[in-house]
Amino acid sequence: MPPADKALPKMPPGMKKPAGKRPAEPGSGEPVSLPVIDEGPSKLTRADFTSDQDVRWCPGCGDYVVLATVQRLMPEFDVPKENVVFISGIGCSSRFPYYMKTYGMHSIHGRAPTIATGLKASRPELDVWIVTGDGDSLSIGGNHIIHLMRRNVNLQILMFNNQIYGLTKGQYSPTSEVGKITKSTPFGSIDHPFNPIALVLGAEATFVARTMDRDPKHMREMIIEAHDHPGTGFLEIYQNCNIFNDGAFFEYTEKATKAASTVEIEHGKPLVYDNGNKGLRLDGFRIESIDLTNGKWSVDDCLVYDETNRDLAGIICRVFWSKDLPQPFGVFYREQRETYEETLHNQIESVIKKVGKGTIEELLHAGDTWLVE
Amino acid sequence: MSNKAVETISEATVLFAGDSGDGMQVAGTQFTLATAHAMNDLATLPDFPAEIRAPAGTTYGVSGYQLKFGSTDVRTPGDEVDLLVAMNPAALVVNLERVRIGGTILVNINSFNQKGFKLANIESNPLEDGSLDKYRVISVELTRLTRETLADSDLTRKEIDRSKNMFALGLALWMYSRPIKPAEDWLSTKFEKNEPIKNANLLLLRKGYHFGETTEQFAFRYEVNPADLSPGKYRAIQGITALAMGLVAASQKSGLNIFYGSYPITPASDLLHALSRYKNYGVITMQTEDEIAAIGAAIGASFGGNLGVTGTSGPGLALKTEAANLALIAELPLVIINVMRGGPSTGLPTKTEQSDLLQAMYGRNGDSPLPVIASSTPGDCFETAYEACRIAVKYMTPVILLVDGYLANGAQPWLIPEADSLPDFDVKFAARRKSSENGEDAFLPYLRDEQTQARPWATPGTPGLEHRIGGLEKENISGNVSYEPDNHQLMTDLRAEKVERVKAEHTPLKIFGEDSGDLLIIGWGSTKGSIEAAVAKARNGGLSVGAVHLRFLNPLTDELAEIAARYKKWLVPELNNGQLVKILRDRFLLDMTALNKVQGMPFRASEISEKISEMIG
Repeated sequence: MPPADKALPKMPPGMKKPAGKRPAEPGSGEPVSLPVIDEGPSKLTRADFTSDQDVRWCPGCGDYVVLATVQRLMPEFDVPKENVVFISGIGCSSRFPYYMKTYGMHSIHGRAPTIATGLKASRPELDVWIVTGDGDSLSIGGNHIIHLMRRNVNLQILMFNNQIYGLTKGQYSPTSEVGKITKSTPFGSIDHPFNPIALVLGAEATFVARTMDRDPKHMREMIIEAHDHPGTGFLEIYQNCNIFNDGAFFEYTEKATKAASTVEIEHGKPLVYDNGNKGLRLDGFRIESIDLTNGKWSVDDCLVYDETNRDLAGIICRVFWSKDLPQPFGVFYREQRETYEETLHNQIESVIKKVGKGTIEELLHAGDTWLVE
Repeated sequence: MSNKAVETISEATVLFAGDSGDGMQVAGTQFTLATAHAMNDLATLPDFPAEIRAPAGTTYGVSGYQLKFGSTDVRTPGDEVDLLVAMNPAALVVNLERVRIGGTILVNINSFNQKGFKLANIESNPLEDGSLDKYRVISVELTRLTRETLADSDLTRKEIDRSKNMFALGLALWMYSRPIKPAEDWLSTKFEKNEPIKNANLLLLRKGYHFGETTEQFAFRYEVNPADLSPGKYRAIQGITALAMGLVAASQKSGLNIFYGSYPITPASDLLHALSRYKNYGVITMQTEDEIAAIGAAIGASFGGNLGVTGTSGPGLALKTEAANLALIAELPLVIINVMRGGPSTGLPTKTEQSDLLQAMYGRNGDSPLPVIASSTPGDCFETAYEACRIAVKYMTPVILLVDGYLANGAQPWLIPEADSLPDFDVKFAARRKSSENGEDAFLPYLRDEQTQARPWATPGTPGLEHRIGGLEKENISGNVSYEPDNHQLMTDLRAEKVERVKAEHTPLKIFGEDSGDLLIIGWGSTKGSIEAAVAKARNGGLSVGAVHLRFLNPLTDELAEIAARYKKWLVPELNNGQLVKILRDRFLLDMTALNKVQGMPFRASEISEKISEMIG
């Protein structure tokens, strides 16, 4: 890993800032010298990011919350509006770019990561977002998702997971549970589902997080984290499809059950849930739930989460479809690694430095030549 | 220095053949370079198996490199071989039918043993059983001489034996009075960092050359005078190199950066290799996870205001189909280069064919026309690559460039063009504005240019032009998603009309031979040389034949109707089972005759000559 203070190569204006260096808000904490405010972006509001197109998702769809959260957040990012690009594939969530008043492309099924990679690699100053779903990114686009992760292209990917195919009207998806009854599986699905977090961790992702549509505050934080990560920020969003898979995540999202069935993972903090009544501890390589009320265990026994530990992320993300353990939400893993486009352009610059910038004359006359009189 | 007689000939065809690990492609390429330096005109035909190192000595492991050179126009790599260099019995067996009666066969006698005969599936020694009586056979102990030459070197036996191609090359250079220096220079650079290998190869090259001079097996050597080439500066060029240079030249002239996305596939991988060395021209190359990612990344780059290019071969083009249509409906510039090989499916990966024309024309869902152009010679690969880029940008459309596999690998002397002589390539991006939508100043991403019907190229980063594109049908002018019946009809018609407008880029067809008469031959791609050789021969025989060669397969030139009307019959030779002929019959309603060959090899001029005779002889 490069040292934290390693100077990043010079990038054009609008290039995303490295994580942890968001400008401090005036009045918060220690006095800071106010940065010179660029008039452009600071004046923008949600309306500046809302296109004139009618939103055509079903009433009650979880997608609305994500859209509203992103539209509200955009003015807060220190990015010129014209540098923002949303790229999507196919599916309900992939209609997202039409509703953003930014540059955008609603592309073809599963291929958004390829288009976003080509765009970001050739235009590093742009702020590129991928919006995708569980079918788009994990089925037809599965190959591209894993390669996006290992390359660490500096963009963020919002993966709406509703565990169903919505736009094709209700077939099981690669994240649907075994036994799921759908139009294409009248006797129950027999496919074992993907664990998306484990998948991208295995693909060398540098930022991995999960949030849910019913907690806009948490979602907002996670989107900021994913956006500010200098590398591919992967965010899985549990999203309710109220037409074809209503209530898939209610256990985690509804008030009555949320506290006991979810745990928020935060770097440097003990894993405590159920309003402080329960915690998670490591027993060897296994996670176990402990009761903090009976005097046997205390918060000190709980696992203190370390988001820079890939092995730990690998263990905690396996809490998946478990009856006895709470579903984790938050940042699973974060790593600083040089981005694809930085390395790419550094290499080009180093070659130019070494051999000089090519001209068309040199191009044509290179190699062995001879004259015919 | 030579004390042997020299016979001057006007042209010759040489074929180096051996195991796929024998270095025959290197020997052939270096002989080609020397021939270019000798200022002959030339044409080449590399022919190798799909296996990297097929079992030694087998017939299916034979790799060959054929070239024809001369002091007059050389249009094809030669119908008949004058000198076959056969490194083993299998190489002899596979290529014997190509050698002209009376031609020379140089064999490595050390490999002509029982083991070699068994691997080549022959019962007896062809050197002794009379089967080579009609040829002049020169037996050379290539293996022994190589080992003897390098007796003092520290190289392993394997390394020594692998260097015998240099002995053979040296000898062949002597036989045709070629300069040895280009090969020496190449070896010195190639093995700059490996002194022992470099010295061994140089020594063998010179030994081979001197062997010709000293051995009594050769009473004389040949000489081919320089060809009457147009004056100017030349270099030897391979089709693949020309493609890469054409793309980079387009980048230099337009100011656009090239973004080349590609997944390794034979025979297109060499284009990725070539472009990845042009980093100092700002070229971005990306080896992607698959064919779809390659075109996807190129589309992303084009959206960002770069020149997105992707290259592949037949099966890869099939995989890129859906994404090509995205570029088509989004109306983004994109160049798709298809270096064609034998199909269907994996087919014949290393062999040449022209069988992807219909795929390029029609292999997409919906009504989805796009410009299709084809290269006709290795040098023409430069011009067509440049042209494909220019058209893609000017008309905001994907363009497919078809290159026959054998052009990509083949080489020819190339008159280097002046940079100023290249067609203008100006790019106009949509300019920034105050507001992006809802109002008089709204940006309209599908408002078209009157002349070309192209929509504006508005790239992210430009204030005020924020807009969304994608695969759903868009309303003309506004670019909003539209399912309106009339709009879909209009957009379908506009996309077709836009391709029609590319006719403005057509240059008048050049007729080779008679400009009216009994027979017009219509060709495309790599068959140009064979067709023109056959036409020249037919005219010498008093037949009334002309030929035109098409660069544009879509849109076709209207001029062809008028030209075709001046002939009584029409012949369309193709290295496929009849594809252009279908398109031409459909378009011009003429009863055209097809001549087809799908054997993984180019036409011999004689095959076209026979068809001419059959039709009008």
